Amino acid sequence: MELKHKDAGKVVQRELMASYYGDLEDGEGPVAYLFVPGNVVEILRPFGFRTVYPEINALQCGIKRVAGENILKAEDMGYSADVCGYVKNDVGICLAGGSTPLGRIPKPDLLVCNFSGCNTFIKWFEALADLYDAPMFLLDVPYLRDEASYQQDIEYVTQQLWDLVAYCEDMTGTTFDEAKLRETLEYSRQAEDLWTQLLSRARLRPSPFDAYFEAVFFMAPINVLRGTTDCIDYYKVVIEEMEERSRAHVGPVPQEKFRVVYEGPPCWPHFRAFWELFKAWGVVGVASTYSKVGGLFETGIRHDPARPMESIAEYVINCYTNWNLKKRSELLQQYIEEFEADALIIHSVKSCRSFSVGQADFREVFSHELGIPTLMIESDLADPRYFSQAQLKNRVDAFFESLEHQRIVRGS
Amino acid sequence: MQQTDHLSSVRELAQDVSFSAVARWKEETGGKAIGHFPVFAPQEIIRAAGMLPVGVMGAWGLLEVDYADSRVQSFVCSVARTTLELGLTGRLKELDGMVFTDICDVARNLSGVWKRNFPEMLVEYLHLPQNVTSAASVVYLERELERFKGKLEDLSGVKVGEDSLWEGIEVYNHQRELLQRIYRIRRESPWLLPADEAYLLGRAAAQMPVEDHVSLLERSIAEIEARTVKSRDNIRVLLLGPFCEQPPLELLRIVEESGCYVVDDELLQTYRWYTSAVPTNGNPLRSLAESYIERARLSSVRYQVRRRREAIVEWLKEARAEGVLFCSAKFCEPALYDYVLYKEALEAESVPYLHLEFEEKMSAFETVRMQVETFVESILFA
Ligand code: SF4
Ligand code: SF4
Repeated sequence: MELKHKDAGKVVQRELMASYYGDLEDGEGPVAYLFVPGNVVEILRPFGFRTVYPEINALQCGIKRVAGENILKAEDMGYSADVCGYVKNDVGICLAGGSTPLGRIPKPDLLVCNFSGCNTFIKWFEALADLYDAPMFLLDVPYLRDEASYQQDIEYVTQQLWDLVAYCEDMTGTTFDEAKLRETLEYSRQAEDLWTQLLSRARLRPSPFDAYFEAVFFMAPINVLRGTTDCIDYYKVVIEEMEERSRAHVGPVPQEKFRVVYEGPPCWPHFRAFWELFKAWGVVGVASTYSKVGGLFETGIRHDPARPMESIAEYVINCYTNWNLKKRSELLQQYIEEFEADALIIHSVKSCRSFSVGQADFREVFSHELGIPTLMIESDLADPRYFSQAQLKNRVDAFFESLEHQRIVRGS
Repeated sequence: MQQTDHLSSVRELAQDVSFSAVARWKEETGGKAIGHFPVFAPQEIIRAAGMLPVGVMGAWGLLEVDYADSRVQSFVCSVARTTLELGLTGRLKELDGMVFTDICDVARNLSGVWKRNFPEMLVEYLHLPQNVTSAASVVYLERELERFKGKLEDLSGVKVGEDSLWEGIEVYNHQRELLQRIYRIRRESPWLLPADEAYLLGRAAAQMPVEDHVSLLERSIAEIEARTVKSRDNIRVLLLGPFCEQPPLELLRIVEESGCYVVDDELLQTYRWYTSAVPTNGNPLRSLAESYIERARLSSVRYQVRRRREAIVEWLKEARAEGVLFCSAKFCEPALYDYVLYKEALEAESVPYLHLEFEEKMSAFETVRMQVETFVESILFA
């Protein structure tokens, strides 16, 4: 059967991202930098800001294999080998005058430090504020602790969102357009619905796509273009592609043998090789936490034009790494049940303590207390130097060999 | 000789990784003890709840990390790993609770690991505002402190009254004042008080009721001020690093032996957090919250609007320091990021600096000695 929509998600995304980076290079309007988790782009769009997401640049530089060079530039300046490679990649871009294979990244007129789930974000934008001599607005996002603190946290973030509005009004000399905000929020909401629908399709057997290796690719528009109609249209295209894959019984591997849940970011600089380690065993990711760094929409979190600021505050607080470890671990458990996974794969990356501290403890919980086969491997999401293919292959092979063996024993 | 005895008992207490002083205090008073991870804790509230605040900041390099290895990866700072090791080896069994604050991703996630591994403890994570300009911050922090107070009340079954909060604020104000005097001595006549001794005097606070620490400081200050020691022509340096993880004593000693006087530092931030006295009028929690926003010291783990490059240059002038020693704990991100910003500022001002990395359990002291000596010579013979 010929697939009409084959690679549609890829092709359309390529166009969208090219036009996004094109606009950064030649477009007009002030430039705001912000972080993906908990970003408040809906507030910035009505002011006409063009938005830069340094993490997306870092990820793209990783895939395009220039992160290594950027990181070295930052290390020459004095950054340690032991700090987050995403930060160093970005400092490297700054030192190179903004030039990247993605296009020239414009300087920030404003740094919006929405630090949801990662304190390193603060250190990152503090460094950029210094390097670019740009103003920084710090949106303080409390870590999600418990029910007792949630309400006070929402109120605190909401008030700061109004502070940000006032700040932007002042800076741009424009009055805040609430109608425009509501419209933007409505677009966000629709895209979030579609994105959630898409991810839930990994429940099917076989899953039409890999909810880690492909989902982290499909997530780009929800992270970069949220609040636009392009973003909505994109997910319609991808859902069509997946529906077609399902009809044709096509999946990410020729035969789905193992269904797994992935915790932790992928290794961007060796993305293909990293994926191959698993593909070789017929492994399909059915859920992943990294695809949720930009928001935990499956829990019902939505941008909502009827409750503009409050819904933004709820969104901001409910990003995966801003959840406490207990909630994170329960979510993993839920994924394993709902998506009928055979194992949990934890990819621990040195760069990101926000993700990785606690993962070793997860391994204790899942493998010892819950009896779920769990594999923990290490490399990095940004720094190509930490990827040791032979070692990883040994670990992955041994793990799936043993799973396969157990299956045979149980089956006979 | 009296002085040496005095110091050795302080050393013993400060370095006791079995926390026997805490056990004794609990036995004598019947009170509960709350541990706190660096670099900040609202000790005033813990004390007002009739509990003993206990600073838990690693293990002085005295422990091998065995158990904690299975819970926290190797690319994490020592203080997180050894603090966890203290817990997993039963050395913190006297603690009824443990408090963490939002200083970095490691400390934050450690609070979660702690919660799961020590279900019998009250484990609290306090979010201290990083946004220091919003009108909402003080109100928010006051609520956060109120929430914390409530947790302590639940634990003890007793309401915390305003009077005991004021009393706590006053005694901690007094403690900070005395510590400031110690630091003034270091600034004005550093030869009177070696850096490691000054550190131990402050660090003793971690395991003592604040009143006892106050009288220890009072006695010590009188004794130190009466000393007759000749000054050496050491160079004056600032010793920087967030010092959540504590540098080995040996390192402090070597810095001085190699020709530096540490005239100010970022050590013991927990006990020196407010740069001036917390006001004793109005509402006590509001006063603490306001002070956290308005009187907090410069720290790598708290955002501040003023650019760090300006802050460090000012600090240098104020302390009349000739150079800066950066001591970053291995893998400590806040330290390692700020180092770059600071160093850029120093280079612009032609101020000499040296960057050292340390771990709790380190052995390369001779290398450190050589590095510091070379640094000192480069300044003396510049
Ligand atoms: S520590 Fe993790 S979340 Fe934070 S900037 Fe680095 S990669 Fe991103
Ligand atoms: S030493 Fe640094 S990284 Fe470690 S807990 Fe303290 S501040 Fe965080």
